Amino acid sequence: MKDVKQTCPMTREQIVGQYFLEHRARLLDIAAFLDRLDRAAASAAPDFRELALLEALRIVADGGPHRTARVLNLLSDLTTEMPQSAHGMKGALGAVKPAAGAAT
Amino acid sequence: MKYIDPHIHMVSRTTDDYQRMAQSGCIAVTEPAFWAGFDRSSAQGFHDYFRQLTEYEPRRASLFGIRHFTWLCINPKEADDPAFAREVVALIPEFLKCDTVLGIGEIGLNKNTKNELIILEEQIRLAEEHHQLILVHTPHLEDKRKGTRLIMDALSASRIDPGRILIDHVEEHTVADVLDRGFWAGMTLYPDTKMTPQRAADVIEMYGSERIWMNSAGDWGCSDPLAVPKARLEMRRRGHSLQLIDRVTLDNPRTFLSQSPKFRLDMEQ
Repeated sequence: MKDVKQTCPMTREQIVGQYFLEHRARLLDIAAFLDRLDRAAASAAPDFRELALLEALRIVADGGPHRTARVLNLLSDLTTEMPQSAHGMKGALGAVKPAAGAAT
Repeated sequence: MKYIDPHIHMVSRTTDDYQRMAQSGCIAVTEPAFWAGFDRSSAQGFHDYFRQLTEYEPRRASLFGIRHFTWLCINPKEADDPAFAREVVALIPEFLKCDTVLGIGEIGLNKNTKNELIILEEQIRLAEEHHQLILVHTPHLEDKRKGTRLIMDALSASRIDPGRILIDHVEEHTVADVLDRGFWAGMTLYPDTKMTPQRAADVIEMYGSERIWMNSAGDWGCSDPLAVPKARLEMRRRGHSLQLIDRVTLDNPRTFLSQSPKFRLDMEQ
């Protein structure tokens, strides 16, 4: 991926000053979402999207570059097969649903 | 301050939105044909829609000093039945003569199916035969990366100059490939499923301002017809120059769209 160091015109201090509160709120939203899942009636296995979100959070916290692109790739269909028709599957789910019988 | 919103579905918006956009500096919009939230039951439904895009919306926009241009196609969400899609595609040539039609769009893929790809290829050929610009829709969410690559491969198989094709809804994991292959890239600013003004500003900082624009894609869903001026404000807050901001929200759209001789703006308005 492209080296993008020092491409933002703001200093780190300025970025924190301008954006910390809104991202603090978004982080709390994610925490509350996970708490809500914990309070819900248990299902047989976690939804694949829940697992994908937890994996994405590991990327967010890993300290490496290009976190956004790496999270998007994690949530992307990396297969090359093409179904003939979209019948019955017009919408998108936001993460890749494992094939039936596949390990999650 | 002036800007162009090069991808917005005004048929789904109220007249108030035209007023607020004009007050925010919008001087022109381009509106690609898209999915109405439900599948139309006949080609005649598309004929009516194409008339709305070419006759009614330009008049409604002009009441607020906004120039309205359009793109025609069958969108990928309704292109999964090839026989039906071909009936719609057959309607398009008569509308290409209209003064405000800039090209074919938004064509692309939705669920990355073979049926969708067949119709995408046929509409690419239509654009090639009629020397039209192309505006591309890339799939959402988990289907975007795969779909973007399939679409670029189909476009590269044609003889159309990639500089006459804009690939829309790019995100951080697709923008570099799109630009590296010579296409224009569009960033869609959407509250939930696409890109925020903040992330769009990040992409400009990381990948530069060549061959890239931003748009609201405002439609019937949760969307914001003032997303482009909000992105301008975001860039201003970060200390970017007015020249750079104008480049990605006014000059770049004008440069790409002016490849169609029908795209004309009165910049003194």
